[in-house]
Amino acid sequence: MLEKMKEIIAGQLNVNAEDVKPESRFKEDLNADSLDLFELVMALEDEYSVEIPSEELEKLLTVQDVCDYLKNHGVEA
Amino acid sequence: MNTKIIGTGSAVPSRVLDNAELSTFLDTSDEWIRTRTGIRSRHIAQEGQTASALAAQAAKKAIADAGIAAEQIEAIIVATSTPDYIFPSTANLVQQEIGAERAACFDLSAACTGFLYAMSVADAYIKAGMYKKVLVIGAEVMSQVVDWKDRSVCVLFGDGAGAVVLGEDSSGKSIFRLHSDSGSAQALTLGKENAVHMNGREIFSFAVRKVPESVKEVLEESETAKEQVKYFILHQANARMIESIAKRLDVPVEKFPMNLETHGNTSAASIPVLLDELNRQNRLIPGDVLILSGFGGGLSWGSALLEWHK
Repeated sequence: MLEKMKEIIAGQLNVNAEDVKPESRFKEDLNADSLDLFELVMALEDEYSVEIPSEELEKLLTVQDVCDYLKNHGVEA
Repeated sequence: MNTKIIGTGSAVPSRVLDNAELSTFLDTSDEWIRTRTGIRSRHIAQEGQTASALAAQAAKKAIADAGIAAEQIEAIIVATSTPDYIFPSTANLVQQEIGAERAACFDLSAACTGFLYAMSVADAYIKAGMYKKVLVIGAEVMSQVVDWKDRSVCVLFGDGAGAVVLGEDSSGKSIFRLHSDSGSAQALTLGKENAVHMNGREIFSFAVRKVPESVKEVLEESETAKEQVKYFILHQANARMIESIAKRLDVPVEKFPMNLETHGNTSAASIPVLLDELNRQNRLIPGDVLILSGFGGGLSWGSALLEWHK
């Protein structure tokens, strides 16, 4: 996982970058609510020029899920 | 000739519905609603209390604040998504109630951006020299068009009305820039038979991306630096949304007054209600630069830059 992405997640969710691990669950481990996730996804969309549809967002439960999603959509994160 | 606000007024129903009461009939909690929206309570119309009744109350206060007689009003424009009738217009009913016999009356529909659209029409009338005094009102009884079993929507809205009287101004400035994008029209709907339906994520992204762009547009058009703006008066949809917009604009959130906590989202009424509260709290002084920004169903959005010269 790129440091950049870790930084974005930590910045958007107001957590320490070292607490952002691939297996971290957004809701349970990083205390993100639905609106935090909206903002996080927007930040990722802006950074990596991708579009993450709402239906996909529901499936992105962990940091690894997001890495995989971006990778499958041509982003090397 | 330019336009300025010469009077403001607002009215909300006396009945207050707080989050604790909502959680007696919905699977929700005060904590859940508060942390995600900034709302603690909202005003809800009693049975039979209509948009026109709230609008007329707000109008009377705005006319008194302007220090004019109702007969001097030449046009009444009401922005509403919850009119008493399709026709007569809500504006017609206000006319009757306040005795503005000379006024041309009509309603305007642009959802939560309605007040800004209505103000822009009044501004154009005045700049064109067609009218000198126009009453612009945003009035909503959203409680009558939400599904009270839909916890993702009904907790967000409240009822109320806000009004401004616009008049001529030889100095100062007022500029409006409005937009619509109907590609996402289904993201926020209120049908004839259906309650308000919203795709929360789509609307959140839309507002947080488009509002800063729109604010920058009126700043650039008027050659104004963001630091010169006293207040950014945004449609009160959600506190988290407004905080995110402030962050994207790199402007301290303290410059974004909010009344969501006690009013919820009152759709087209939110901007004029907030403006009236600022006026009555004496927080506005002549020469203050204000930005008004609305966004919502359509999708529609837009901003205005005004100088306060009341």
